Amino acid sequence: MNTLVCISHVPDTTAKINFTSDGHSLDATGVQFVINPYDEFGLTKALHLKESLGGTITVLNVGGPETEPTLRKALAIGADQAVRIDAIPSDAITVAQNIKNHISANSYDLIICGQESIDYNGQQVPAMIAALLQLPFTNACVGLDLSGSEATTKAEIDGGHATFKATLPMVIGGKKGIVEEKDLRIPNMRGIMSARSKPLKIEMAVEGVAPTKAVSFDKPVVKTAVRMIDPENVEELVRLLHEEAKAI
Amino acid sequence: MSIFVYVEDWNGAYKKSSFEAVSYARIWANSLNTSVTALTSSVVSNPSVLGEYGADQVLTFEIAKTGFGLAQQLQALIQNASGVVISGTNFGKSVAPAFTALSSGALSSNTTSTPITISPLTVKRGAFSSKGIETIELSSEMPIICFVPNSIGVQEFPTACTVTETQAEGNDLLSVEEITIASGKIALPEADVVVSAGRGLKGPEHWGMIEALADVLGAATACSKPVSDIGWRPHNEHVGQTGIQVNPNLYIAIGISGAIQHLAGVSASKTIVVVNTDPEAPFFKAADYGIVGDAFQVVPKLVDTLRAFKADQ
Repeated sequence: MNTLVCISHVPDTTAKINFTSDGHSLDATGVQFVINPYDEFGLTKALHLKESLGGTITVLNVGGPETEPTLRKALAIGADQAVRIDAIPSDAITVAQNIKNHISANSYDLIICGQESIDYNGQQVPAMIAALLQLPFTNACVGLDLSGSEATTKAEIDGGHATFKATLPMVIGGKKGIVEEKDLRIPNMRGIMSARSKPLKIEMAVEGVAPTKAVSFDKPVVKTAVRMIDPENVEELVRLLHEEAKAI
Repeated sequence: MSIFVYVEDWNGAYKKSSFEAVSYARIWANSLNTSVTALTSSVVSNPSVLGEYGADQVLTFEIAKTGFGLAQQLQALIQNASGVVISGTNFGKSVAPAFTALSSGALSSNTTSTPITISPLTVKRGAFSSKGIETIELSSEMPIICFVPNSIGVQEFPTACTVTETQAEGNDLLSVEEITIASGKIALPEADVVVSAGRGLKGPEHWGMIEALADVLGAATACSKPVSDIGWRPHNEHVGQTGIQVNPNLYIAIGISGAIQHLAGVSASKTIVVVNTDPEAPFFKAADYGIVGDAFQVVPKLVDTLRAFKADQ
């Protein structure tokens, strides 16, 4: 069972997000970076599969050298080897193309991505990898069972769930549910020590012309101060929701 | 040339986000002085209704069951396009990137605006879990917009509309075994009103009043992450960063403190009401209206008041 887990290196959930003065990009000053939370669920699922079926887990990131601590953390959690494709991940299709090239040159039974990254919230790369390779794909995946080379996946759909069957290899866009929150692992000292000697390979990126470009980033308009309403006077709330907010 | 729009159906019925997609396409097409071609499933009995929202022609076909299969069909059917619109439902989010990869297009997902400029094409989209707004430029012969349902709104553009049946090949690379839809429930991502509750409710047995509040408002019910983690409510009700992101017109949070992970999933809501016993709850900072009070007293009163209000409407 050879699993590829694609990892994004993203600002911590609680980080204050500021943009550079020209508005072109994230101001990373003072920002703590972490493994994308959706990818953490996928990595943990890969560990579960390895524990029952054996095999190797490779973690992959498309990014600059600054993302290596995030890959090392994934190694400390239990991945066997890491690959960094050396490119600035500015556009989903160019990231997907590079990951596709890596997959084509290697042999994976399963490719697990998080459904989306919490920085650009694109929810594009996993479906693009699958489409480029013409592999089966389940997005918003909240359950994955394997029986030999047959996979049963459960996905969130609008208003319910769907169950699919596919033959490996396949691509997963995972989220909480593929494993539970309590299953997530934090690196222990032994893991951190062993991560230092695990291989982290750097691969050259194939440069493509990015069809999308971030022109600028803005912060959302700050809400005006909350209007407090007396708990004895919910009629006032209903009036405001109707007349002022026009929400009901 | 035409703006193409894939119009999703649910067992043959359209939802608001279906019409919103056509409205989006019409607004875009008007700025280019071109037509709107809608693509939709042949199981829909009244596809000509899409003319009310601006479709000039509707092509119906037997649609594939998976995002990839449909993306292949779209690739076959979409010719001479100025652009493509897909609504950002769960299914749409599988279709749009697959179609983008197949057609070498440029995709803006999580889009929250109609085009700001046409040449080059720029739109706004949500980024950094609602902590940023990106203006993105799409430079491709095949620009593709996947928009957040409820971000544009349904707009009527009555248009004379023709319906033509067609067909296209699409390969589903996996088989659909089972579809389970929670009956009688409003899907969270496209709900106009969401009533959400957290640990402040003290136990799953107290959700009856939340459902009563949702019922009177025609709202979807939701919950905070701790509540789904401890199993009081199903995971598919969890809104927040690793759950479902919502942007309703009205979001009512009962007994939810407002952790940053929760806010990431709800702060795009147009109006936020927070009811919490703790006046220091961080959620009040993100709210429009707040009540410091006990949910067990405030919610039943609110339900009664809203019932009387609705009865007068």
